[in-house]
Amino acid sequence: MAKKILNVIESAYRATLEEQDDTIVWLTHAMKGAGADLGVLLRGNAVNYAVKGQDASGLSFGERKQTQPPRLDEDLGKLLPKGVKVMLVQEDVSERGIETSQLIGGVELVARASLPKLFGGYDMVWHW
Amino acid sequence: MAKYLLIESRDPFESNDVPYFYELASGLAREGNEVTLFLAQNGVLAARGTKAAALKAVADAGVQILADDFSLRERAIGGGLPAGVKASPLDVVIDQLAEGRKALWH
Amino acid sequence: MADKKTLTFAIMDPPYENPRTTTVLRLVDLAVKRGYDVNVFAYEGAVNVPFAKQTPHANAVHGRDVEQEDHPNPKDWVAALYKEAEKRGSKIDWVQCGLCVDERGAGEFIAGPRRGSPADFVKFAEESDNTLVIPTK
Repeated sequence: MAKKILNVIESAYRATLEEQDDTIVWLTHAMKGAGADLGVLLRGNAVNYAVKGQDASGLSFGERKQTQPPRLDEDLGKLLPKGVKVMLVQEDVSERGIETSQLIGGVELVARASLPKLFGGYDMVWHW
Repeated sequence: MAKYLLIESRDPFESNDVPYFYELASGLAREGNEVTLFLAQNGVLAARGTKAAALKAVADAGVQILADDFSLRERAIGGGLPAGVKASPLDVVIDQLAEGRKALWH
Repeated sequence: MADKKTLTFAIMDPPYENPRTTTVLRLVDLAVKRGYDVNVFAYEGAVNVPFAKQTPHANAVHGRDVEQEDHPNPKDWVAALYKEAEKRGSKIDWVQCGLCVDERGAGEFIAGPRRGSPADFVKFAEESDNTLVIPTK
């Protein structure tokens, strides 16, 4: 049986424009496709990835236009039908003034104090 | 219960996210897990000055706190580490990885 | 070796930007010296760590020529680790994330590391005794 792995994503908008992806959300998709058993926990600023309506379109340098801007909320949402649980630290959401109605559907809010117990349910916990 | 190795490479003077990691270590210990908090790189700066009290609180929660001896020497942090913090060779990280501890780097 | 282990490290940082690169190589060195097998998954900027075209330089500020400065190039540290592994009967399997290599033009790397993908990382994680992810910031 595959090891259960929790990807904790905290760094946000690090290189998302030139990568056209969040590198760890992307990696999660790729690893899932390779058979990994994964969950995702967004904490810190990365909780913003679950906010609907992010728009990074329109970037250009001289005549060179970006045609595939990152769509982080969609990329996150696409993990759900693949069986990847997506969780957000509740306090990190509310401290940043994000209303739950602003979040994409299907994500689960977890209390910061519950993280030790949450981590106990995984074989490996990777901090990204 | 499980065993954990938490490696803190950031220092609380520069990063306001360090308290999250200290609290995670304490919380895991309070849940009955065996926890080592290994300070490395600028993470050892917490062992000197006004942030040392925060480390004491983590030690009081039952966490073993070790500080990379190379990182300490590199920053001229000599004797007089706060109570509950011990200098340690980096080998301990390999020991604990080999032991199978859940390992997190911050 | 009775207690031979296999450890996996995932790294993301390019060289010369922060201390994580050196700390990881210290960990690999320690593991290899114990005769452990080591996997490295180099993701994003870390694919530049074994870049073959790194060259040393002099240091005019300190009045040292190239030879005196003996400036480290991480590719040489990586090569030395491979050599140490061979001496100790351990194995290093260093995988460079292929797309990360492409987007950085980092395709010329020293002998030893190989091109791969996240599927290699999954295999490493499943098959090794433990995995430590050292993220960039």
